[in-house]
Amino acid sequence: MRDVAIIGVKNTNFGEMWERSLRDIFVEAGVGALKDAGVAGENIGAMYVGNMSSGQFVDQEHVGALIADYSGLARNLHVPATRVEAACASGGLALRQGIMAVASGYEDIVVAAGVEKMTDISSSSASTALAAAADREWEGIMGATFPGLYAMIAKMHMDKYGTTSEQLAEVAIKNHFNGSMNPIAQYKNKISVEAVLRSIMVADPLHIFDCSPISDGASALVLAPADIAHKYTDTPIYIKATAQASDTIALHDRRDITTLDATVFAAKNAYKMAKLTPADIDLVEVHDCFTIAEICAIEDLGFAKKGQGGKVTQEGETAIGGRIPVNTSGGLKACGHPVGATGIKQAVEITQQLRGEAGKRQVDGAEIGMTHNVGGSGATAVIHILSRNR
Amino acid sequence: MSVSRFWRKQVNRYNLIGTHCSECDEYYYPPRNMCPTCRRDGKLEPYKFDGDGEIVTFTIIHTAAEGFEHQTPYVLAIVKLDKGPSLTSQIVADPAKMKIGMRVKPVFRKLGEGSDRGMIYYGTKFIPA
Repeated sequence: MRDVAIIGVKNTNFGEMWERSLRDIFVEAGVGALKDAGVAGENIGAMYVGNMSSGQFVDQEHVGALIADYSGLARNLHVPATRVEAACASGGLALRQGIMAVASGYEDIVVAAGVEKMTDISSSSASTALAAAADREWEGIMGATFPGLYAMIAKMHMDKYGTTSEQLAEVAIKNHFNGSMNPIAQYKNKISVEAVLRSIMVADPLHIFDCSPISDGASALVLAPADIAHKYTDTPIYIKATAQASDTIALHDRRDITTLDATVFAAKNAYKMAKLTPADIDLVEVHDCFTIAEICAIEDLGFAKKGQGGKVTQEGETAIGGRIPVNTSGGLKACGHPVGATGIKQAVEITQQLRGEAGKRQVDGAEIGMTHNVGGSGATAVIHILSRNR
Repeated sequence: MSVSRFWRKQVNRYNLIGTHCSECDEYYYPPRNMCPTCRRDGKLEPYKFDGDGEIVTFTIIHTAAEGFEHQTPYVLAIVKLDKGPSLTSQIVADPAKMKIGMRVKPVFRKLGEGSDRGMIYYGTKFIPA
């Protein structure tokens, strides 16, 4: 297997973009990443595109080919383009497919990207589309929503470990603060504990400010064999680990409702592959689709003891400048959550941080970063470890 | 959900019929075609649960799923049946009186209505025991 490096990255703005289509935002991200890498279309061996549900969101399937076409890579160059789907982990899986294509030697230059256009339908239709990531026949049919499933995780976490609504709110506050320094973020406003607790209750104990938004956005990055990465960039960012795991589709079948075993299992493999421990990681982008999800994630990834995720958040350990900065981009909560793009956006953020290009939200001396992307209520988890040093 | 898709598991939903694997002696609900523990070596048979169980966790849903808007606020819970498996269901109870660990028993209730042709879906919900 060959070592793989990221040589170019680009995020579009995330948010509600009624004036722009799925193909508009995808082309912006793809072209931006290629420009950043200094790579021409002729060099691209393959594309992998994370996309959860364009069929439900914009009545369009076959988006791999669509994107290759509108990126100018289909009619003359015939670049193979593959859509990858694992609900909200689609982007992370697209990155993993791209890495495996380069590592195996099948391809040299590969684009790994993600896109979702969610605001062309009503928010209730979008919520129904997202609920398809859970078990429609045994959860959805009973009236389960995604906030409802994560609310049940939160309720049990509170009951078992004494986690509080204020601690959940601290996740949202930190991520909004980080988002206020990220030019692409959907929400750049800072919020307070009172504002979170005052916001409407969606599914007890989760308020609307505990939930990530519905968003449009696209992200892309360019991968190359590490041996030739310096031809394209002075600061290649190396892939130290890629790991993915599955768990039961329904929350009720899990071993422990408050632990995402898929995260635990993928993390174990990622640390082993990279020969690293949680203490070696300088910053992490985790899948905070809800505030409780960030608390579970930092526990399951080994950054806090089980049950202590809320406490360490409240004590500022996950803020920029803290022991382990979490979600410097603003996370899904404030940066936005165009579901197929999120996993790629996380890797773009870590790349910018490791290059030292993260502006006001820069983590000083960041050398090793991690991304953690989850599908559904935890049936898929995909983790990457990235490093400045090969 | 389409009529045929609902109808295929109608008997299971009405009567809380899941599966039991006589190889590993584990019980499953919802029903399974393959034992997740024994896989191809499993010996599955239908099993009717009495439905007694307890609340593992719950939430009170204020922003409803599509088709459930008129039911808000409603209680959604994970119920662990005494035989072992857990399932997701609504609890017909005063939201203010809900507690983790609470004992529950099953009741036959309307789950929802198909919007286009008006088919009514029935199944199992739970009430405090």
